[in-house]
Amino acid sequence: MNYDFSNGAELVKLCEEEGVKISEAMLRREEQISDTTRQQAILEMRKDLKVMRASIKKGLTEKHQSVSRLSGGEAMLLYRYGDFDPFSGKETCHTAAAAMAVVEVNAAMGRIVAAPTAGASGILPAVLIENADQRGWTDDQLVEALFCAGAVGMLFAKNATISGAEGGCQAETGVAAAMAAAALVELSNGTPMQCLDAAAIAIKNIEGLVCDPVAGLVECPCIKRNAMGAANALISADMALCGITSLIPFDEVLTSMYSVGRDIRPEFRETAKGGLAATPTGRQIAASIKRMNSREN
Amino acid sequence: MENFSVFDIIGPRMTGPSSSHTAGAARLGYIARRIIGAELDRVHFTLYGSFAETGRGHGTDKALIAGILGCEPDDARIRSAYKLARDSGVQVEFTWSDEPVEHPNTVRIEAVDVNGKETEVVGVSVGGGNILITEINHLAVEVTGDYPTLIIQHHDMPGVISDVCRVLAQLGVNIAYMKVFRHGRGDDDAFMCIESDEPVTPDMQQILLRLCPAVRELMVI
Repeated sequence: MNYDFSNGAELVKLCEEEGVKISEAMLRREEQISDTTRQQAILEMRKDLKVMRASIKKGLTEKHQSVSRLSGGEAMLLYRYGDFDPFSGKETCHTAAAAMAVVEVNAAMGRIVAAPTAGASGILPAVLIENADQRGWTDDQLVEALFCAGAVGMLFAKNATISGAEGGCQAETGVAAAMAAAALVELSNGTPMQCLDAAAIAIKNIEGLVCDPVAGLVECPCIKRNAMGAANALISADMALCGITSLIPFDEVLTSMYSVGRDIRPEFRETAKGGLAATPTGRQIAASIKRMNSREN
Repeated sequence: MENFSVFDIIGPRMTGPSSSHTAGAARLGYIARRIIGAELDRVHFTLYGSFAETGRGHGTDKALIAGILGCEPDDARIRSAYKLARDSGVQVEFTWSDEPVEHPNTVRIEAVDVNGKETEVVGVSVGGGNILITEINHLAVEVTGDYPTLIIQHHDMPGVISDVCRVLAQLGVNIAYMKVFRHGRGDDDAFMCIESDEPVTPDMQQILLRLCPAVRELMVI
């Protein structure tokens, strides 16, 4: 049996024929294409889950500041506020805060797991871990969900891009939200097709989003975009689970996201030459960081 | 990369903030340390392109230092790399160059080990924490560090390549990729770059040196 799949349609077909979830198909594929056994792959993913959980905890409980001093502490603020009847609802607010926490830790040179990149590393751990206790998801289930998310991310890496320098922010926080949305749907016993619908809806929401980091750093607007990416994942999953489908199929959404990404001018693809990076304030921050030649150590 | 593993998507576990500018830089330092192969006395890093432009904010300098002192990309000590260097008694220096380069994330590492031996390594961070060593002591190479890698400097004469391959075969080392190059015909500066499935242990290196007299020097990465 060949478990390799190269697009969404093939993945759904494979799942239906074998009667398995996306996570199981991805795990079997991993066993087949790499030297690792099933147990080794699961163990490796458990290590990722552990680091993800630690990064959320660190960001929400410890005082930290980025090397540039531009960021730190806002995740904690939003998380606390979440207990005071926020408009977005407690769960969403806490999930968004957890996503920010990871990227703040990343900016402060802490340990994170790229998912799929460091700049978008908050979304997937936040939606899974922040909702796990209340929903009774075990670590085994979360590890499975990570394989499902990995399958969706792999399809983007293979057929489009997961690099902001190549496809803008849609390729980073967009793909992360798509991965997270699919994982949530699988955890809630949605079908493989519903997983991909959720992923497609998440991408469609931010198709064309540029990558315009102030001073070229993974901080502004990346940290807040992770918060929004987490909310995007939650609502995309809810839409798919209630039976809403994506009018444009997943594979076509992916192709269109890639073609839009390639049309984004280089100024808006991680070069810090356009968008927010090119605003008067953005330029001023970049200049002051450049002057920061003293070694802080 | 055609056949992505799930861990190319979820992962690497790393010290932030950037997979290319921090994790990749740490890996470049780490691989350079393995190329140098001895305790360091001092090291000079020259950063080019985007490494030079945004490296400070990304902690590229700290990642390079920690890497060359033996830290892997997920090591928490990257953050306090300058202190690590002081504690290890290794002098570090940086040049932030604005010279144009082919690849945006390039670093030149000039190291002197405790025995006074100089090694120069050039490498690039190609994205997602992956790297490529492009130059060792002015010789163009392509080393990813994904496989155990053997770099052999040898006399340029017939039979050396087959000798090395035969000895490796007898030691049970399977060659995955291999490249040979030289500066000019018949000189003493011919090279082999061998990536293998199995690591070449110090014992095996001694056997190679004994059984292949044309081998002048051997580096294991």
